[in-house]
Amino acid sequence: MERKRKTQIFMILIAFVLILSGCNFNSSESSNEESAAEGEAGQVLNISTTADIPTLDSTKAHDGIAFTVLNNVNEGLYRQDENHEPIEALVTDHTENEDKSVHTFTLRDSNWSNGEPVTAQDFEYAWKRVMKDASPYNFMFVTAGIKNAEAIMNEEMDAEELGVKAIDEKTLEVTLEAANPLFQSLMTFPTFLPQNQKFVEEQGDQYALEAENILFNGPFTLVDWTHEQGWKYEKNEDYWDADTVKLDAVNAYVVKDPAAGVNLYETNKVDRIVLSSEAVDQNKDDENFDTILEPEVIFLRFNHNHPVLGNKNIRQAVNMAIDKASLTDVILKNGSTALNGIVPKGFFKSPTGEDFRDLNGDFNTGTVEEAQKLWETGLKETGATDVTVSINIADSEDHKKVAEYIQAQLEDNLPGFKLDIKAVPFAQRLEIEKAVEYDLSLSSWGPDYSDPMTYLDMWLEGGSANRMDYKNAELEELVASARTETDLEKRYQMLLDIEKILLEEDAAIVPLYQEGAAVLMRSKIKNLLVHPTGASFSYKWVTIEE
Amino acid sequence: MKRYLLQRIGFMLITLFIIVTATFFLMQLLPGTPFTNPEKLTDSQLAILNAKYGLDQPVAIQYIQYIGNLVQGDLGYSFQHEGRTVTSMISDRIGPSAFIGLQALVIGAIIGLVLGIVSALKHNSLLDYGSVTLAVLGMSIPSFVFAALLQYYVGVKLEWLPVALWEGYSSTLLPSIALSVTVTATVARFIRSEMLEVIGQDYIITARAKGLKENQVIVKHVIRNALIPVVTMLGPLAVSIMTGTLVIEKIFAVPGLGEQFTLSILVLDYSVIMGITIFYSALFIFVVFVVDIIYSFLDPRINYKGESA
Repeated sequence: MERKRKTQIFMILIAFVLILSGCNFNSSESSNEESAAEGEAGQVLNISTTADIPTLDSTKAHDGIAFTVLNNVNEGLYRQDENHEPIEALVTDHTENEDKSVHTFTLRDSNWSNGEPVTAQDFEYAWKRVMKDASPYNFMFVTAGIKNAEAIMNEEMDAEELGVKAIDEKTLEVTLEAANPLFQSLMTFPTFLPQNQKFVEEQGDQYALEAENILFNGPFTLVDWTHEQGWKYEKNEDYWDADTVKLDAVNAYVVKDPAAGVNLYETNKVDRIVLSSEAVDQNKDDENFDTILEPEVIFLRFNHNHPVLGNKNIRQAVNMAIDKASLTDVILKNGSTALNGIVPKGFFKSPTGEDFRDLNGDFNTGTVEEAQKLWETGLKETGATDVTVSINIADSEDHKKVAEYIQAQLEDNLPGFKLDIKAVPFAQRLEIEKAVEYDLSLSSWGPDYSDPMTYLDMWLEGGSANRMDYKNAELEELVASARTETDLEKRYQMLLDIEKILLEEDAAIVPLYQEGAAVLMRSKIKNLLVHPTGASFSYKWVTIEE
Repeated sequence: MKRYLLQRIGFMLITLFIIVTATFFLMQLLPGTPFTNPEKLTDSQLAILNAKYGLDQPVAIQYIQYIGNLVQGDLGYSFQHEGRTVTSMISDRIGPSAFIGLQALVIGAIIGLVLGIVSALKHNSLLDYGSVTLAVLGMSIPSFVFAALLQYYVGVKLEWLPVALWEGYSSTLLPSIALSVTVTATVARFIRSEMLEVIGQDYIITARAKGLKENQVIVKHVIRNALIPVVTMLGPLAVSIMTGTLVIEKIFAVPGLGEQFTLSILVLDYSVIMGITIFYSALFIFVVFVVDIIYSFLDPRINYKGESA
């Protein structure tokens, strides 16, 4: 009797464990065969991505992965071309009033994937939704200078007051606080995409959680999205410019381990991967190997209240004492390049077509001897004989390597300099930085939009990204004038001057390097556009040439 | 038995409650915010967001609210994945982890048992030395080394099995094999030393003296008794292996839970950290409970009455 009962309980437990372990593979078996068949079909791009899509709601999206998907399945007023310049998307006509503060857009006829037309109301609805929900990228509306955006963001005004209005189905009127030379370029950003109010409200809190809870009006539609595994795009036959789109499908696979990425590339499962620095040496002779520049910059912040580091000569000496080229080429080896300015190379061209970096050149470069001379002067001026400071860094592998290198360089080259490394979790590094409770801090900055200003207005006094108590009245003035200057050449000169103040006049920071990436991409893939801001990729113009 | 079970369940709930409380307050000590792109958030934006998610309330109030929701089975929403419930994130991702883990456990346990029993029975033979060496290797080489080797040789060079990704049964094999190595080695070593100990016991001599056949002695007495400690060890091992392992899941691009847990801690996704911790703890407590019950089947000396708790 007792034994029988025990057996029963035991069987129940076993059954429980089996239920717990119940597992489905979704539609994976069939999709496996499908993708194998497509592999031979031709116009299919297979890519790997490092994470799942956090959200597909364009008003809430906040990272490159979501922006990339949205950029390829939706269409806004403008879209980025191969030079990351805005080209007309849904806009057929754009007029401005005299002082360039009121913009009127005429929209072309186009449809959502449920057959309903895309209207000016869709823009008005989505934009106000961003402001109403205090979404992560609502500051883009302030950057774009849209009327009342700042007041709404600070909760001094209602989201309904935002300067956007649908005049009729095909006419959208946007009012700015003042003329803004960046306005058009910012309109390519996915936060400004339209949404169909009826659909969004129908879906409620399910909106954009799965591929079937969102509408498309872009070059592709999302046909399959399996969380944490990947997603699939198919050509959107109803897209207004469908003739331009040559790709039939794009398969995106979530692969977080770079070594697994290399193996998947070798077995032809994916066509493009980003290499980790360990894998660079092995693959750098491959004919498909390439390094690309990225817009993220790594630099040192000084605490400008520090009795010694507050001295310009000392800061300049620190700048010169670090051999940045060896840092990127010997220590990091991941495609990054030395940087002697705050605006990175390769992304921002002047109205006359010249690169920002080429125009402004290098700042604070010099020999170790020059550095030592400045160091001596600085010490004399501040009355110090030696300096012991610490550097605040995030505890990632790369940052530790960089900090150790800087430590060695400064202690070797500047007599009496002692640097302690304080590695803390990323979030804490940021807290320490915001409170300006450090001596030196290893920081990074990525652009919000395609213009040098995104690296320059962060140094305003009291700005949330200053974080080092730096101030310069001349810089404040120049930023303010550049924000409304509509003569593009004049404006560009102002931007160049702002960087000169920051680095030549004040040596306020130490730019270290610009991120880069080493990639392997099959040569059959043509016209894959890689953008510095907003969406990382455009698939619209990709072709596969076997 | 019934009284014992009730008592145990009571203690399980108390344990879980303590874990929830400790995690909740410890988590608040982590610096930073759960919101995305903290680099760009201004202080006023941060204040608005904190108010929106109730993070501006005193920690004690937040705690009471959380417990209130938890009792109703509501684990809240993820901060990183806007609009997704923690429950759906766990249920989406536990499947692959559990499947790979269970498969690894079965492979590991079977091979481990065979190796362990054979080497105990052929004590000090070449076979014994061979399997002990294998077990030591399996214990000391981390599973991600096996994973990388398997991926390269079986996946890339031989092309027998998929390199990575989660596409059908064949893609579960490599991660399971890589994970099973540790299980095999642990089980083999354990069972071997336990059997050697049991073989020396008086009751084995008694069994033999009764004239039982050698096979019966081994199966009914030696192996059964040697299994008891193995069950103790296998329970927690099963939990840790089924709830996902960061490295293996990452290497084989398996959409599992282990990777999600690590990530949520790094980005301070409060509700996900809490949800997964509770899930892990509950599973762990439950498995320990199951193991205790299995004891009573394996070892007649253990008989649960109320007072034995």
